[in-house]
Amino acid sequence: MTLPKWADVVLIPLINLLLALFVSGLVVLMIGEDPINAMKIMVNGAVGSTYGWGYTLFYATNFIFTGLAVAVAFHARLFNIGGEGQAQLGALGVALVCLALPWPHWTLALPFAILGGAVFGAAWAAIPAYLQARRGSHIVITTIMFNFIASALLVYLLVSALKAPGMAPESARFPEGTFLPNARDVFGMIGVKFARSPLNVSFLLGLVACFLVWLLLWRTRLGYEIRAYGHSEPAAIYAGISPFRITMITMLISGALAGLMAVNAVQGEAQRLLQDNVLGAGFVGIAVALMGRSHPVGVLIAAVLFGALYQGGAELEFETSVPREMVLVIQALVILFTGALDNMVRGPVTGAFLRFGRRPGATTKAAE
Amino acid sequence: MTLMKKLLGASAAIALSAGAALAEPGLIIDLGGKFDKSFNESAYNGAQKWVEDTGGEYLETELQSEAQREQTMRRMAERGANPIVVLGFANASTLEKVAPDYPETSFAIVDMVVDQPNVQSIVFSEHEGSFLVGMMAAMASETGTVSFVGGMDVPLIRKFACGYAQGAEAANPDVKVIQNMTGTTPSAWNDPVKGAELTKAQIAQGSDVVFAAAGGTGVGVLQAAKDEGILSIGVDSNQNYLHPGSVLTSMTKRVDNAVYTVFEQGEEGFTPGINVLSLENDGVGYAMDDNNKDLVTEEMVNALEDAKAKIVAGEIKVHDYTSDDSCPAG
Repeated sequence: MTLPKWADVVLIPLINLLLALFVSGLVVLMIGEDPINAMKIMVNGAVGSTYGWGYTLFYATNFIFTGLAVAVAFHARLFNIGGEGQAQLGALGVALVCLALPWPHWTLALPFAILGGAVFGAAWAAIPAYLQARRGSHIVITTIMFNFIASALLVYLLVSALKAPGMAPESARFPEGTFLPNARDVFGMIGVKFARSPLNVSFLLGLVACFLVWLLLWRTRLGYEIRAYGHSEPAAIYAGISPFRITMITMLISGALAGLMAVNAVQGEAQRLLQDNVLGAGFVGIAVALMGRSHPVGVLIAAVLFGALYQGGAELEFETSVPREMVLVIQALVILFTGALDNMVRGPVTGAFLRFGRRPGATTKAAE
Repeated sequence: MTLMKKLLGASAAIALSAGAALAEPGLIIDLGGKFDKSFNESAYNGAQKWVEDTGGEYLETELQSEAQREQTMRRMAERGANPIVVLGFANASTLEKVAPDYPETSFAIVDMVVDQPNVQSIVFSEHEGSFLVGMMAAMASETGTVSFVGGMDVPLIRKFACGYAQGAEAANPDVKVIQNMTGTTPSAWNDPVKGAELTKAQIAQGSDVVFAAAGGTGVGVLQAAKDEGILSIGVDSNQNYLHPGSVLTSMTKRVDNAVYTVFEQGEEGFTPGINVLSLENDGVGYAMDDNNKDLVTEEMVNALEDAKAKIVAGEIKVHDYTSDDSCPAG
C-alpha cells in the first residue's frame, strides 16, 4: 500500500464513479438526450421523495446482503460469484417457510424465514465450496454454473409442485401473518407520512448483518483465521489453520448472507415465489463488494449508491425516452470503472501521491 | 450550494409537470416487447389510434422482467395515470395486491379476471375465433393435417388450441390436428427460433397449415411456414402482411379496440366488472385483406360466415377449454 487509507477508500471509488457517470453522460448525449436533464431525473427519482428513498433503500437492502456475501468470501480469497443462485435458493427457503404454516404474526415468521433463507443459501454454496476445498475445482467456475442450475430448478418447481392455481408460473401468496411491516406503516405510527414502497424491516436486518460481519471478521478468532487464510495460504497452514475448514465455513457464511436477500425481496415485497426473485442483485453484489473494499461500512455505502442507481434508472426509463437498455449501460459502466478498471485510476493517483503528496506513513511501513 | 438549489429547482419543476399530467391514461406493455407483431403491438396500436383520434397523451412503459410488475404498476398509479391498462394474465396476482392500495385509480386487465371494485377485466372468446380459423385451415389443407404452435403452456393457450381443433374437425371430420407448446415459462412468448423448429417438425409430420398463438414466437412460426412453402395463420393482430401469399389469415383478437375503449371512456366512463369480447361484438374474428384474398376461396368465406352466424345465435356451441380444463377435440 502506497496510498493513505482515505485515498484508497474514498478518493479512488469517487473518481471511478465520476468517470463512469461522465462516460454515461457521453453515451446519453450520443443517443440524443440531454445528459444533465437525465442526471437530474435520476437523482430526483432516487432520493427526491419518500417514494424514491423507499425504493432506493429497498434495492440497497438486497445489495447489502449480496455485497456482504461477496465481501466475506473475498477475505478468504474466494471469489463467490454465485450470489445470484444462492439468493434464488434462499428465496425458495423463505417461500417454503412462509407457505408451510398459517403464521399468526410476522414476528414469529421472520426468524424462521431468516433461518430458511440462510440455510438454503448456505447449502447451495456448500457444494461448490466442497468441490473447491477437496477437489480443487475453481470456485469461480462452479459458483457461476450453480447459478444456472438454481434458476432451472426454480422454473421447474414453479411449473410443477409449487405452482399456484392459475396460469402464471408463481407460488401462492404467502399468508398475511408473514407480511413484514413496511416503512409506510412504521413511519405512520410516529405520524410521519411515507409514500408506499416495499421498504421493510429487512433493511434493519441488513444493518445488523453489516455489524455482525464486521464483528466476525475483525473481532473473532474465526474472522482472523479467514483473513489470515486469505492473505497467505501457506502461512495459514503453518499456523495450524485448516484450508478445508476455512473454505467451507467462509462459503457457508457467504451463501447464507446471499440467501438472506430473499427475506427482503420475497417476504418483504413479492409475498410469493417468482421465477426471478433476485433480478441480478447477486452480480451487483460483486460490484458493491469491490467498491466497498470488502468492508461492511463500504458495502453499506456502495449498496445505497447502487440502490439509487437502480431506482433512478427505473425513473429515467419511465420519464424519458431513454430506453431501458441505456440504464443498464450506465449501471454496467459504474461496475466496469469501479471493478475492472480500478487499476487505471489507482496507478495515476498513486503516482500523484508519490510526486506531490507528503509521504504517507503507510509508505514507510510498506518499504520496510 | 448553488448546485443544491439548482437540483431543488429541477425537482420542483418535475413535481409540477407530474401534477399537470394528472388523469392521463396509462398502458403497461407486457413481456415480449412492444413490437411483437402480435398481442402487445395490438394494444400499442389501440393506444396510438386513440392518440390520433383525440390528440390526447398517455403514459406508457414496458416491462423487462417478472419482478418489475409491482413497481411498474405502482409507479403508474403514483404518477396519476388513470385508467391504467395492464396486459396479460401474468399481471393478475400483482394487480390483486396493488389495486386495493389505489382505490381512486381505475385498472383494466386484459385476458384475466381480477375481482376488485376498481378493476375491469377484459376477456376474449378466443375459442370462437380459433374455431373459425380452424375451419379455414382444414378447408385449405391438402394433406388433411393441420397444426398448432402455442406459446406458454397455459389454459389460455389451450383454449386457442381447443377452439382451433374443434373448428378443423367441424370442417373435415377426418382431419389430423398436431399441437405443440413452446415452453412453460414466459420466455416462451419470445422464442421465434423454437417456434420455427416446432413448425418444421410439424411439417415433417404432414402439416400444411399452421396456426401460431404464441406472441413474438409466432414470428418464427410464420417465417418457417413461408420458407417451407406451407400456409400459416397469425394471431391477435392482423399478421397477413408479414408474408403475403403464405399467411392464410389471422385470428384477430381486438386488444387494440379494448385499449382504445378503456382510454376513451377515461375516468368517468370507467365500468368495473367483467367485459367479454366475442364474435358477437367483433372482439375476435378472422382477418381478410388484399394480402390473403388469393388464398381464401369464396367457399371458405361463406362457410365461415355461416358458422359465425350460428355461433352468435347459439346454434353451434364451441367448447371453452378453460371452463373445465378439457377438450373434446384434437
